[in-house]
Amino acid sequence: MRRGGDERDWRGADVPLEVQIAKNLPDFSLEVSFSSGDGPLGILGSSGAGKSMLLRCIAGLDRPDRGRIVLNGRALLDTEKRIQLPARERRVGMLFQHYALFPHRTLGENIAFGIGRLSPGEQARRVAGLLQRTHIAGLEHRYPREVSGGEQQRAALARALAIEPEALLLDEPLSALDTHLRSQMEAQLQETFAAYPRPALLVTHNIEEAYRLGEQLLVLSRGRVAAFGPKDELFRAPPTLEVARLTGCKNFSRVRPVSADAVEALDWNCTLRVSHAGQRPPAHAGIRAHHIEIADSSFTTGGEKENVFPCWLARSSETPFRVTLYLLLHRPAGESSGTSGEYSLQAEVSREKWLLFRDKPLPWQVWLSPDSLFLMPD
Amino acid sequence: MTPADWSPVWISLATSATATLFTLVAGLSAAMWRARRSGPVMALVDGIFLLPLVLPPTDVGCFLLLLFGHNGPVGRILLHFGTTIVFSWPATVIAAAVVAFPLMYLTARAALEQVDPQFLQAARTLGASEWRVFREVALPLAWPGVIAGTILSFARALGEFGATLMLAGNIPGRTATIPIAIYFAVESDDIRTAMAWCLIDVLISLALLGGLYYWTNAQGRGRARLARR
Repeated sequence: MRRGGDERDWRGADVPLEVQIAKNLPDFSLEVSFSSGDGPLGILGSSGAGKSMLLRCIAGLDRPDRGRIVLNGRALLDTEKRIQLPARERRVGMLFQHYALFPHRTLGENIAFGIGRLSPGEQARRVAGLLQRTHIAGLEHRYPREVSGGEQQRAALARALAIEPEALLLDEPLSALDTHLRSQMEAQLQETFAAYPRPALLVTHNIEEAYRLGEQLLVLSRGRVAAFGPKDELFRAPPTLEVARLTGCKNFSRVRPVSADAVEALDWNCTLRVSHAGQRPPAHAGIRAHHIEIADSSFTTGGEKENVFPCWLARSSETPFRVTLYLLLHRPAGESSGTSGEYSLQAEVSREKWLLFRDKPLPWQVWLSPDSLFLMPD
Repeated sequence: MTPADWSPVWISLATSATATLFTLVAGLSAAMWRARRSGPVMALVDGIFLLPLVLPPTDVGCFLLLLFGHNGPVGRILLHFGTTIVFSWPATVIAAAVVAFPLMYLTARAALEQVDPQFLQAARTLGASEWRVFREVALPLAWPGVIAGTILSFARALGEFGATLMLAGNIPGRTATIPIAIYFAVESDDIRTAMAWCLIDVLISLALLGGLYYWTNAQGRGRARLARR
């Protein structure tokens, strides 16, 4: 028996999850509208952008001021029709950042919490299957405090899946885990998504996590949808400066169009050839740090290349496998009024490559490939 | 040295136990009802719930008399059914329950509010009704606080004198609890009996406090483990 949810909306039936909500928050208002197909959707945004609130509204733990949420043709919320299903009737599985496993129940009892209406035999079968799928078989009699953070997260995932939810919501599922456990849990999530052809919304502020786990990406900024689409597209050509920043792009310059396929980059002091100019007149150009190519003297292969400029090294920052180079275009570091912190471009190269040319004399050459450059209208 | 009549001990224990049972149910329900609300009205509600704690017990006794007396609203209804509460054993229970209620309410509320709301929300997303969320998640996690509140309430009920005397009087063998027996023993210059009752009160109280100490310590260790998430 469902209250209110019986009303089927066949217009929305072809889209598994349709969300359109507005809620006033202390600092800004959350106004989000999107629809999700089956499969994982990464929700990316800086902290406080409203990501968690969005999930909570879908799960029924918070109440939007107005809006409509339709899951598989079932209205979970429709403020106009005064439909508001309580959380327990939404059949939406939620994975909490800190797992929220019941501390007074064993992992097995936690997983079985939502399926009490099934027969004991059926419950046991389902719990056993979930323990297998989440790779924590044998731990069902342990209490949450007796297992590791990763195992707790797996149990929490199993518990959410036990009710066979029609959608899965994951709130920063990996943020409380250390690096090693995180990659294991990431593999677990990928496995789960593959076996679970339903909408899965994954909130994160980690760009790489969002890219690896989501098929589609929704970028949230101060309560608004800044971008929404297939992840490759969003990363290749971010629609706005903000989305470019949120997806991890480090290099921007104001630009002025000079012809159909060229712009003048004001901050980089050069004219750039571009391959896709976009529809609206561009205001900014951007290029990702790892797309910048560097050579010690000149790019010899393939003849004359476009967008090749001399550059000087301002400073570098090394991590075990990657090196970030802060480069100045056209002039040596420390010349003119330049302070020591000044740089034009931030490039990322592998450590091996860095070792090859770090002792070569300056200036080096930097290549801003027209295919890697993207233009943004704002 | 031995009091001729042991009835005050049994009356005290029976009264306190019964009153604590009522207080437990009422205090828990009130705490649970209150836990999900806020606002100025709730501040007033809190004030009313806590009145028996701050008012002199004789004030509480007065109000109870007004309520349960033959001219009071409840008293009239009872009279209609041919019965009365004033100066009977149930009156000792009512007086003790009312004065003990705030302690139960305060402790239970504090314990319930300490439960991380994420546990309750997780239970809701898993399809649990509000009653099941309370019974299977909130209450077990708040249990140590509820037990502490129960012991405190029992102790308070055991020591109740003023309101009991006004509502239930001193009827030996029926409403005379230990505190009342002490008062009337002293009044009739029977210091030996009074001292004997005092000693018995001390023993019961020590046992209670010992139990409370042991329980909270044991739970404190368990809770520290539980609290680690």
